[in-house]
Amino acid sequence: MTTANMVQAVNMAMRQELKRDKRVMVLGEDVGLNGGVFRATDGLQKEFGSERVVDTPLAELGIIGASIGLAVNGMLPVAEIQFSGFMMGSFDQIYSHAGRIRMRSRGRFSCPLVIRTPYGGGIRALELHCESNEAIFSQTPGIKMVVPSNPYDAKGLLAAAIRDPDPVIFYEPMRIYRAIKQDIPDEEYVVPIGKANVIREGEDLTLIAWGSMLKTSTEAVDKLNNKHSVEIIDLRTINPFDAETIINSVKKTGRCVIVHEAIKTGGFAAEIIATINDKALLSLEAPVMRVTAPDVPYPLAKLENYYLPSHERIIKAIEKVMSWNSLYYFHLSHFQ
Amino acid sequence: MPKKTLNEFKTEYLQVLDENGNIDASLMPKLSGQEIKKIYETMVLVRTFDQKAFNMQRQGRIGTYIQIKGQEASQVGCAIALNDDDWIFPTYRESGLLIARKHPISQVLQYWSGDERGLKAPDGINNFPISIPVGTQLPHAVGAGWAAKLRKTKQVAVACFGDGATSKGDFHEALNFAGVYNVPVIFLCQNNQYAISLPRSRQTKAETIAQKAAAYGISGIQVDGNDVFAVYMAAEEAAARARKGEGPTLIECFTYRLADHSTSDDAQRYRPKEEAEYWRKRDPVQRLEKFMEGKGMLDDNHKKEASEKASARIETEVEKFEKIKSSSPEDIFRYVFAEMTPRQQEQMKDILGER
Ligand SMILES: Cc1ncc(C[n+]2csc(CCOP(=O)(O)OP(=O)(O)O)c2C)c(N)n1
Repeated sequence: MTTANMVQAVNMAMRQELKRDKRVMVLGEDVGLNGGVFRATDGLQKEFGSERVVDTPLAELGIIGASIGLAVNGMLPVAEIQFSGFMMGSFDQIYSHAGRIRMRSRGRFSCPLVIRTPYGGGIRALELHCESNEAIFSQTPGIKMVVPSNPYDAKGLLAAAIRDPDPVIFYEPMRIYRAIKQDIPDEEYVVPIGKANVIREGEDLTLIAWGSMLKTSTEAVDKLNNKHSVEIIDLRTINPFDAETIINSVKKTGRCVIVHEAIKTGGFAAEIIATINDKALLSLEAPVMRVTAPDVPYPLAKLENYYLPSHERIIKAIEKVMSWNSLYYFHLSHFQ
Repeated sequence: MPKKTLNEFKTEYLQVLDENGNIDASLMPKLSGQEIKKIYETMVLVRTFDQKAFNMQRQGRIGTYIQIKGQEASQVGCAIALNDDDWIFPTYRESGLLIARKHPISQVLQYWSGDERGLKAPDGINNFPISIPVGTQLPHAVGAGWAAKLRKTKQVAVACFGDGATSKGDFHEALNFAGVYNVPVIFLCQNNQYAISLPRSRQTKAETIAQKAAAYGISGIQVDGNDVFAVYMAAEEAAARARKGEGPTLIECFTYRLADHSTSDDAQRYRPKEEAEYWRKRDPVQRLEKFMEGKGMLDDNHKKEASEKASARIETEVEKFEKIKSSSPEDIFRYVFAEMTPRQQEQMKDILGER
């Protein structure tokens, strides 16, 4: 066991995989000598050499484009994009190619590539250093999208991503990079991609979150002092997401709140709600509510607290869903 | 203190075979009579295919097709410099290169009829699937070459693209990466003078595309793209250097698209007729014929024979193509991931009417 925060866990996963398989390589801006701007790759170049842990020119398209070629020709590249806001420079490569190579070549070629990037706000950073744009990759066929919320999962999911035969995007919640410490095994383990985790069982309401919002949501629920029995689900994988765990939970509780840091319209909560409507509509006692960022660009530091889902907004949503009275609303809509 | 000149660059141009069929013997690559005959037959095959595919599009037997007429020397010349396990990253305008690299002709037709199975290269031949978004495949070639270098496989990766692609950021990032990591890659630009309607002069103020190599610290050369010997020689030299660890090369094949941009295009809207006349006199196939006739390697009978042989082969392939059973709808799900996701399985059943 080692006591590790999220950054250290990510580092442990890469070290473990670099040791395990000599096809694994790490590349990105400042990942070598400097160990990454968040130190996620600290010490890796020293241990594995500059051919396997590679500082690249400042070029996001080039990093991902070249990684695709590396993956296709027998390597297992783990590419870092310094901040998720800069993913867009490489989006063409991800959308137009990474997710389509197996399909286009009818299985002759594949693209076992991992793209790691710190994402999300709450750290008073510069513009485009705070984005939470994971839903874009749920609309990108052929791409898996993973968001860990704690050190244990971060190590296990990153190892799973590196061993996955297809491209995986790995979003690391910057805000809790160092906020949570856990004892995590030194031995190899993987956390399977595509499986949500019920981190707390409950009877009254299902709360779904991922990444840094899991911590915020859990804290909000704790503030309610067991007023309601809330089941908390860490989604962990956005694509392909674990509908089964969600549906089983909602069938039990009949109520659901989804929290995400991304903007509301077209956010991933919308997909979860549509799935609940498909599979568990008649179990619902109240409409599913979302606590999200508004449909605006991420504001600079002075106003970011208004943007991010807060304990207060989460509690308000929980209370609203818990106090929902369908008969009352039925009357309201008929008699107004 | 006076200004100094830090560096100057020069751009080489290579032509071995001129439009009248004369060669510069001192530059001529070592090719046996047999090999030259093979090159000629491949060029005739590719041209015959191109015309056939165009006709088939007009008859509604395949969908949109992108012609290569005029660019046969650039494509065949490059293909013969490569090994099967070398990589090519082709565009849509690479049917000649694919066919010269053993991609089954029936499969090329299959692709242009809207069947993705056509892109699956035969085992052992690293023909990557065609890239439709212009320029985006350049960094893939860099990555594949980089992997070859790390794995010491001695493979070379070739990025194929047109003059239009050189305006994209991808071109810059790819050439820059290739230079920094000194990877075994060939950037094969077929400058056919147009990107749909836009002439080369409007893509860049630079006098040549080849000279752009200088900015990345890599080798660059312009060759007569209608001269199969020049293209072969440049590609062969670039591949040899790449295999020796001497890094990337940008080859600009100076050529001309004798056809419309695609089967949906009308080139008369944007280019003068006389221009095509000028280029027709520099036709890559006729030029090779003139050379071979001069050497007594070819006469009218041989020409007829080569043409008939090509037509017969293509007819066989067309028949083969037309017998291919359409793929099953499961195929659109089967190759997205190594394993289908639960949601994909559900959606597949839905589409197949099993639910
Ligand atoms: C990124 C992108 N933009 C636009 C297009 C539409 N388009 C297809 S071919 C083409 C011209 C490309 O010219 P060039 O690179 O010179 O190659 P050529 O077609 O002449 O072989 C354009 C604009 C595209 N396929 N991809």
